[in-house]
Amino acid sequence: MTKHFFGDTAVLTGRSMRHVTRSLDTIITTAIMPIAFMLLFVYVFGGAIHAGTDRYVNYLLPGILLITIASGIAYTAFRLFTDMQSGIFERFHSMPIARSSVLWAHVLTSLAANGISVVVVVLVALLMGFRSSAGVLAWLEVAGILGLFTLALTWIAVIPGLTAKSVDGASAFSYPILFLPFISSAFVPTATMPGPVRAFAENQPVTSIVNAIRALLARQPVGTGIWIGLAWCVGVLVVAYVFAMVTYHRKIA
Amino acid sequence: MTTTQVRGPAIRVQGLQKSYKQLHVLRGVDFDVAQGAIFALLGSNGAGKTTVVNILSTLLKTDAGAAVVNGFDVAAQPADVRESISLTGQFAAVDEILTGRENLVLVARLRHLKDPGGIADGLLDRFSLTDAAARKVSTYSGGMRRRLDIAMSLIGDPPVIFLDEPTTGLDPQARLEVWQAIRELAESGTTVLLTTQYLDEAEQLADRIAILHEGRIIVNGTLAELKQLLPPAKVEYVEKQPTLEDVFLAVVDDGGREGEAGDVRKSGTDE
Repeated sequence: MTKHFFGDTAVLTGRSMRHVTRSLDTIITTAIMPIAFMLLFVYVFGGAIHAGTDRYVNYLLPGILLITIASGIAYTAFRLFTDMQSGIFERFHSMPIARSSVLWAHVLTSLAANGISVVVVVLVALLMGFRSSAGVLAWLEVAGILGLFTLALTWIAVIPGLTAKSVDGASAFSYPILFLPFISSAFVPTATMPGPVRAFAENQPVTSIVNAIRALLARQPVGTGIWIGLAWCVGVLVVAYVFAMVTYHRKIA
Repeated sequence: MTTTQVRGPAIRVQGLQKSYKQLHVLRGVDFDVAQGAIFALLGSNGAGKTTVVNILSTLLKTDAGAAVVNGFDVAAQPADVRESISLTGQFAAVDEILTGRENLVLVARLRHLKDPGGIADGLLDRFSLTDAAARKVSTYSGGMRRRLDIAMSLIGDPPVIFLDEPTTGLDPQARLEVWQAIRELAESGTTVLLTTQYLDEAEQLADRIAILHEGRIIVNGTLAELKQLLPPAKVEYVEKQPTLEDVFLAVVDDGGREGEAGDVRKSGTDE
């Protein structure tokens, strides 16, 4: 049946993309919280923050984009959870299709939906004065990092999506992830933080990813930090993928 | 579909066992279902009916025993089994956000059939859903949902169909509509395995009835054979009072059912 993998995945991705486009509120909700943070930090706290860039919104945007993705993957888990509950997952699995395409369709939909949200947030940032002189290649690198980050978080989201007993349970995992950017270099430089907090902030994935994106957009050298950021993404991706597959095979026998 | 037609029973189940941790749900289930028959698996809640259906539709693995569907072993040839069957689960597994027509097209495309749109239109017509075709399924009534669910299961003409409690939660009218759809299925030669907790449903529809109790089939036969298990009938004269169901159907049957646009009423409800 694997000969149908790509065709089946395309059909099923088309289906769940309709779920996204027909409930545009999910994209708006995904984008609205990061936009609210951006407004709050730029127009309320921003004046008092000395981040070392001429425009604070330039400093802030990379972290805001990670928050956008972290809130977006809650919907990935939600869509998967709904399919599990409604029995349509079982219907698909009892049909002569490539079974793994059911899960991959959700993963691809997650990438696409988060991509749309990220674009919306970037457009709002442009309205707020965000400017970058980065070239096409740098933007592609940023897109690649964000894509990898989305993929890593998506495979984490698959686990509660498959196992949760309630809607709240399906999306609760995203709260700690949403909180990580606050204890990182996303909003303020880590230099002013007290010792242990600073140690945590400088050694958690968000800081290295945010610094890499910030450097790319500001046309500054990315240094070795980008490799640490990418290593985090790939590491989380591999571990989450393995656990998600174990969960999946336990669930579908 | 390229499923080869196989001689012998459409479904053969032998010594099926399944436990969830300490709970022995199936303790050795055996039954055969002849091709083209409607076979009812009767049992109370938790008797293991859904477990049997899930094993036969390759969603669950057995602990012991064997099951063959359309000549294919469920453990060894699951892909061939999936080509041969359709599952209509306990809760109408339809996509609420898509329209009725989109649901049918989706299944037709996943079954890799030509002309998914034509197949969808044919089924919408057959199940009196044409007028509701472009509406989101979330606006459908329970009966319409179930009809769509069954229509989705017919796509690709699988020789064997599993219906897990197809009328649970439906109102009496919707129930009659579903019964009619099942009868038409069997007339067209499809083998139907039906689970139900309603005795009258089995009585109305099934060629053979098996009672699943405490993980075993305790009785298996035609309705006539099952009736012989009881003492012979006595002749008594009693005044036939209408049942509440008769009353309900007579009163509600207002000739319109405007609530469900395009619904064709199935006759025979008010004799």
